Amino acid sequence: MTAVDERTGGQRAGTGSPLLRARNLVQEFPVRAAGGVKGGVVHAVSNVSFDIYAGETLGVVGETGSGKSTLARSVIQLPRPKSGTVEFQGKDLMKVGRRELKDSRRHMQMVYQDPFGSLNPRWRVTELVEEPLRGHGWGNADSRKRRVEELLDLVGLDPSQYGKRRPFELSGGQCQRVAIARAIALEPALIVADEAVSSLDVLIQAQVLNLFEKLRREMNLSYLFIAHDLAMVKQVSDRVAVMYLGQLAEIGPSEGIYRQPLHPYTAALLDSIPRVDPVTGAAHRPVALPGEPPSPIDPPSGCRFRTRCPRAQQKCAEEAPQLVERLPGHQVSCHFPLDLPMPTVPPKPAAPVADPAPTSTTAA
Amino acid sequence: MSGERTVAYPAGDTLVSEGVIAPARAGRPAPARAGAAGEPLVVVEGLRVQFTRGGRKVNAVNGLSYRLEPGTMMAIIGESGSGKSVSSRALMGLLPPTAKISGSIRFDGRELIGLPEKDMRELRGGDIAMVFQDPARSLNPTMKIGAQITEAVRLHSDLDKRGAHARAVELLKLVRLPAAERRFHEYPHQLSGGMRQRVMIAIALAGEPRLLIADEATTALDVTTQAQIMELLVELQQRLGMAVIMISHDLGLAASYAQHVVVMYAGRAVEQAPTQTLFANVRMPYTHALLGAIPALDREPHSLFDVTPGQPPDLSALPKGCPFRPRCQYATDTCLQAPPLTEHEPEHLWACWHPVGAGAGHNSANGEQR
Repeated sequence: MTAVDERTGGQRAGTGSPLLRARNLVQEFPVRAAGGVKGGVVHAVSNVSFDIYAGETLGVVGETGSGKSTLARSVIQLPRPKSGTVEFQGKDLMKVGRRELKDSRRHMQMVYQDPFGSLNPRWRVTELVEEPLRGHGWGNADSRKRRVEELLDLVGLDPSQYGKRRPFELSGGQCQRVAIARAIALEPALIVADEAVSSLDVLIQAQVLNLFEKLRREMNLSYLFIAHDLAMVKQVSDRVAVMYLGQLAEIGPSEGIYRQPLHPYTAALLDSIPRVDPVTGAAHRPVALPGEPPSPIDPPSGCRFRTRCPRAQQKCAEEAPQLVERLPGHQVSCHFPLDLPMPTVPPKPAAPVADPAPTSTTAA
Repeated sequence: MSGERTVAYPAGDTLVSEGVIAPARAGRPAPARAGAAGEPLVVVEGLRVQFTRGGRKVNAVNGLSYRLEPGTMMAIIGESGSGKSVSSRALMGLLPPTAKISGSIRFDGRELIGLPEKDMRELRGGDIAMVFQDPARSLNPTMKIGAQITEAVRLHSDLDKRGAHARAVELLKLVRLPAAERRFHEYPHQLSGGMRQRVMIAIALAGEPRLLIADEATTALDVTTQAQIMELLVELQQRLGMAVIMISHDLGLAASYAQHVVVMYAGRAVEQAPTQTLFANVRMPYTHALLGAIPALDREPHSLFDVTPGQPPDLSALPKGCPFRPRCQYATDTCLQAPPLTEHEPEHLWACWHPVGAGAGHNSANGEQR
């Protein structure tokens, strides 16, 4: 398998084939017009391609409606995307039959946002964790019982204390641990975590994120980690994909995305995170990006971000930018990426973006 | 409690340009109680709220005290169950009659606990307004948003129909709702989350409040929208000279916008100070734990978070002494005595026997990162 470099984070490391290879994924949903809201086709995911290597975490960020959850669900074929290919462990999931798909799903598991909603409220913890094992015909009753205890230990729940409880007798964090135990029960290769910690309190969130990290190290898991919090995604991922209105705006190593964002949208996202310096106590006050995302039913022509983009030019309305690799392993879909000086129709001598290029002003 | 904590805001630059500014308290008798100079707008002292659930007593708020100066923004931060929302609902008189409330809440010198419902109703939505987390559920889905704002305007002024309509449109412009006149005739489901929250703020402003309580008002919104709404709140606070209590779980958000921060845990304030003082010198181990647990952009990929074991205490069976003791790495037997919230440094109060980094004690807060 691919040797994923621990620190710099799987930048196309090695020559092996990726664990997951998604190409030109498209997912669309027709909606009816109702109550003064326009009907049409929601372009939820439009032409998205990416790879995930073994042991690698790919983070996906974006606003509500950017298609990040639809992307995750397209990967696990729930429902099947409209077009494109999803190759998982060398198998094209778009083409395989139900039985083979079930077989593949054993190796790709999902953890959802709502820890209560994703567990049957009437089942006990041991039953909940045993279900995937039973469903895939794993071992016999005795070995399953042992495995369940092992799994509960692994996620930090004492089986003797929590085994007999039902979801309502657990806290949100504990429920999420049960959901994770279910997900790792069959030793999957990939876990799709869709806002898996968003509903948890900060201290509990940190515990669960550390659990994800521990499991990654121990089981060589890959994650497709979806969240709206760019800071969180940055801290857990090797690579980050930024989505806007169903398309990839930028994808690259997480350190690189943070140090040198190439897409104006990524820069705006970074700017809008409120944060505080723990040493000086000084706060970074967010800079608001004006406007709101347009409707995915009727996305703007050309670049979908142009209606809110400070760098937008005529060209952005006429021609949709393609995803291009500008830095090693770092692709951006923008006509005027941030490593180039600010575009101006009549060229003016001003480069507001850090670039060892021309002119006098060099902002940091 | 300790004396003055003046965080008085420079009163705002009152930009009367753009013609959208509120014509101060039109059609409403000026508040008789002028509020003596230097008097805080809100003084909460020893507030306790107890619910009874299934025969068990749940202590949601356990002796909370703070004061809020007029025209300033204060953040109350804490996790679920820390009592941050319950205490603000007590201030709004929005707790169910079964809740046992004791202590004192004075708004502009007037005691609110035990105030007859009739007087409370006048205050609520008038001098004190609130914006909630979920704008979709706070708006009436069957009424056009214009009608909902006009309703609020007429309730709190004696404007006639036409006047109220004009005022409502003006309020929508004040909260920068795009295409306000057109949106006036739309239903909540036709608006985005951010726009709905703007409408909620417009309704809250209808009574020209002197105190606005924003209870997780931006939590359900995207970061970019959150920044827009927070900017709007700050602008309104400055323009209208309104005080804001922002309730949040987000330390970064509090640090970015509030002038004063109160950190709550298990129903009490465990640390409070002017924002920059607090974040530059975090003393309470709980606040410190919160800071270590939030994802930070400057941490390396796959670095671990500082973890605090355990969970917040059961509010019906609080631990003896300091509520954070069972999870605290610095806890000793001393902590079996509840530490009082005391002003240890100028304007900086904390409730802890073993504060982080204050004088001798521990060698800083270990484990910044692995």
